[in-house]
Amino acid sequence: MKILVCISNVPDTTSKINFTDGDTKFDTNGVQFVINPNDEFGLTRAMWFKEKQAAVVHVATVGEANVEPTMRKALAIGADEAIRVNANPTDGYFVAQQLAEVVTKGGYDLVIAGRESIDYNGGMVPGILATLLDMNFVNTCIALEVDGSNATATREIDGGKETLSTSLPLVIGGQKGLVDESDLRIPNMRGIMMARKKALNVVEAVEGIKATMDVKFDKPEAKGSVKLVDASNVDELITLLHNEAKVI
Amino acid sequence: MSVLVYTESDNGTFKKSAYEVASYASEVAKQLGTTVTAISFNATENEQLGTYGVSKVLSVANEQLKTFNAKAFANVIAEAATSENAQVILVSSSADTKFLAPILAAKLKAGYVSNVVAAPENTNPFTVKRTAFSNKGFAHTEINTEHKVIGVSNNSFGLVEHNTTASIENFNPSLNDALFSTKSVEIDKVVGKATIADADIVVSGGRGLKGPENWGMIEELADILGAATACSKPVSDMGWRPHSEHVGQTGKPVASNLYIAIGISGAIQHLAGVSASKTKVVINTDADAPFFKAADYGIVGDAFEVVPKLIEKLKEFKAQNA
Repeated sequence: MKILVCISNVPDTTSKINFTDGDTKFDTNGVQFVINPNDEFGLTRAMWFKEKQAAVVHVATVGEANVEPTMRKALAIGADEAIRVNANPTDGYFVAQQLAEVVTKGGYDLVIAGRESIDYNGGMVPGILATLLDMNFVNTCIALEVDGSNATATREIDGGKETLSTSLPLVIGGQKGLVDESDLRIPNMRGIMMARKKALNVVEAVEGIKATMDVKFDKPEAKGSVKLVDASNVDELITLLHNEAKVI
Repeated sequence: MSVLVYTESDNGTFKKSAYEVASYASEVAKQLGTTVTAISFNATENEQLGTYGVSKVLSVANEQLKTFNAKAFANVIAEAATSENAQVILVSSSADTKFLAPILAAKLKAGYVSNVVAAPENTNPFTVKRTAFSNKGFAHTEINTEHKVIGVSNNSFGLVEHNTTASIENFNPSLNDALFSTKSVEIDKVVGKATIADADIVVSGGRGLKGPENWGMIEELADILGAATACSKPVSDMGWRPHSEHVGQTGKPVASNLYIAIGISGAIQHLAGVSASKTKVVINTDADAPFFKAADYGIVGDAFEVVPKLIEKLKEFKAQNA
């Protein structure tokens, strides 16, 4: 089985978010970048397939040269080879088209992407990719088993979960649950040394539709200060929620 | 030309989000000078959509589509968009809809923007405001394609009533086996309880509750309020509560009207995930907990004393206001 894990290079979850250039760009100043958490759960599940089912695991991203440390980290975790499509990933449709090209050329059976990146939150790349390639697709995937060309995937639904039977070739939009938080791997020294010798191939972007463009960003308005209610007077809280906030 | 809205139903009954998305669609139609067509699947109350400005309903009644199937549903919606000559297609932000929307977008070569929180700012170029950076920011996004798929965030636009009479037409989609290559085997779903995605009120517990055995009062409080229960990341990581209750940046987003955080200090990732909620209440022993800076109302106190009192007083309140 040949697996491609799609990686997005995102600000660490603790990052403070600011914008620059007249609020038209994300301010990367002082921001630490990491593998998108939803992708990291997928990458870790791919490592399981590598160890238990002898899968070959490649990772791909669409990004400029600055994302290479994140790709090296994916290699250090255990991916066999990395591919970077050299383009600024400003639109999910465009990114999906680039990854579709990578998948077609590489002949992958299973593509694992995150359900969304935690920065731009588009939530569209895996679904568009699957549809462009006419592959099966399962979103918000929290469990995945592959047996030959058959696959069983569980997805999170509102208020529960659904088990689906499907087959390769398959694209999943993964998230926590594919593996547990405690299964995530911190690269060790040997992994880091080996990652330096692994291939990180750079390919140029193909022509594609740029369907959307973020023209401006802003931050939520600062919150007014909290109204404190005395612990011995919960009646007052109920009154405030009923009369002022009008939510009960 | 028209605006098409996918109105989602559950066992034949429209979800509240279907009415909200229909309300949003009416606003888009007004801006574009056109009308709203809805597409529904095995829904029993199609005429209700008129209340929210829908003038025509394409009603799909089909046994094969009784169970949600993302690829098949996306295909049918794309077919409806083509037959209606609709350029703008509105959908909700439910888990099912976020599954089908990218498939629909790819079928129509449409730009897709999810988590939209306000009416379009402009229709030429078509510009919408959406949440980004896991609710730590907003993006104003232009869609440059002829077809546009817009996912409206829950509880963001609200319900707007119009007095439209909806005409109802049967819509017979063309289906084929390839659309059902991914099949539902089993659905394991809580019934009769509010879900985090749909609930108006969410009651959430954190590490301050000390152990899973203390969740009884969280559930009781949630029951009284008709609320969904949720938890912080450490709580789900320790296995006190299922992953499906984890709200925050890597868990589920919350966009409820009221969010009550009990024993949750308010890590930046948690606050990001719940910031779309309209009113936030925090109950915590630590007056310096970061959540107090993000909340509207707060009680500094021990959850084990405050919550039982709150339950008792809410019971009285509910009895008086029933």
